[in-house]
Amino acid sequence: MMFEVKYISRIITIAFVALLTVIPNKASATIVEGEVNSSKELQAFIMHHVSDAHSWHIWGEDSTVINADGTINVVSSSAIHIGLPIILIDNGLVNGNSDAFNQIKLAVWEKSDSNGFVLRDSLGLALENDSNYYAIGTIAGNKYILFHEKIYHFEDGLEFDEEGHISNSRPLDFSLTQNVVSMLLSVFILFALFFPVARKYKKIGVETAPNGRQNFLEIFVLFVRDEIAKPNIGEKKYVKYMPYLLTIFFFVWINNLIGLIPFFPGASNVSGNIAFTAVLAFITYLVTQFSGNKDYWKHVFLPPVPKALYPIMIPVEIIGTLTKPFALTIRLFANITAGHIVVLAFMGIIFSAKNIAWAGLSVPMGLFISVLELLVAFLQAFIFTMLSALFIGTAVEEHDHH
Amino acid sequence: MTTIPAAIGAGLAVIGAGLGIGKIGGAAMEGIARQPEAAGKIQTAMIIAAALIEGVALFGVVVSM
Repeated sequence: MMFEVKYISRIITIAFVALLTVIPNKASATIVEGEVNSSKELQAFIMHHVSDAHSWHIWGEDSTVINADGTINVVSSSAIHIGLPIILIDNGLVNGNSDAFNQIKLAVWEKSDSNGFVLRDSLGLALENDSNYYAIGTIAGNKYILFHEKIYHFEDGLEFDEEGHISNSRPLDFSLTQNVVSMLLSVFILFALFFPVARKYKKIGVETAPNGRQNFLEIFVLFVRDEIAKPNIGEKKYVKYMPYLLTIFFFVWINNLIGLIPFFPGASNVSGNIAFTAVLAFITYLVTQFSGNKDYWKHVFLPPVPKALYPIMIPVEIIGTLTKPFALTIRLFANITAGHIVVLAFMGIIFSAKNIAWAGLSVPMGLFISVLELLVAFLQAFIFTMLSALFIGTAVEEHDHH
Repeated sequence: MTTIPAAIGAGLAVIGAGLGIGKIGGAAMEGIARQPEAAGKIQTAMIIAAALIEGVALFGVVVSM
């Protein structure tokens, strides 16, 4: 009897998790009629979800119908957004809220002869053909347009260059976007987790056996020390780099995990944002260069090759130091973004095929990928830290045999 | 019509990475089977090598995007 109860509770848990993965995606269905291919819609939807935004989308979507002649009608609007602060530097500090951009205008798809569809708004402005919405807002007396999550000046309308890109000038955008807020949330979680433990160590020291949260965190701290720092940097010098390695490990991991939560406080794609990963990799680059010893610089500027090869070897070695952080950037960014895209694409099968029966395939597959992403979230944090330690290790290594 | 060559390119990059990581995984399995006590070290080295290969494959995929 107990045996059966155990199994039933497991099945309920799995079904619940499966539902959680599908509900937020189901809410944003786009009704598609006519001959316009829905894969384009789906692509725009997925790219919207993996990119940063100036407001936090919580629930619902504007349901739109694409008619056979290519125009769009809004059927209902049930979207709930949290407006986030917009901070622009534009001849002084300009503060606002993204609700200032809430007058979302709908543009119309028009069939063109050559390349499918051209997007035009009600004023007849041609817009890029993969976005339905733009918003015009007034902050501190200045008119701005939010288009593709980029803010442009908007005095006399949009101007386009020959390739169809917007040529309006842009203010410096320091807004608290969705990714920034999510990152602050992860910082808060890390502080809440670690400060009490650190305080306890400060007060009692390592006299007593760890308990509770201390015990839980010690596993990971020891993992970073014994599996990452010691073997790659060396017994003698690893202590100095432990704070950095631990910070980067937990920060990347918690951001990966928050990205896997499919509803409100999560679902942002922080570690799948190339700016985020680039900054982390750049910090690793700085740490590596500043801890480089004599042997490291000798290897870069006086490599052990014939002198005639120096004009080739020295640039190659300098580029070699730069490709490492670049590879770190791309690896984390592409892994996390790809995970988000795959889950959304599996959910998208249902709406692309316009048949609920596909849920039988796409929900289990989406669940499978979500669980796999749990592993990837840890693995990528581990690899980022591991390679950082490896690069630092090569910089501080001493060559006794030369 | 630029999407089809890009898709083929991404696919080729993934095939290469799959072969490479498969070889590493196979070799690591063999190594662990012969010397189970070195499993930890072999795993770490395997993950690093797989990550480096994966990085190259992801370059390919990102460029194809």
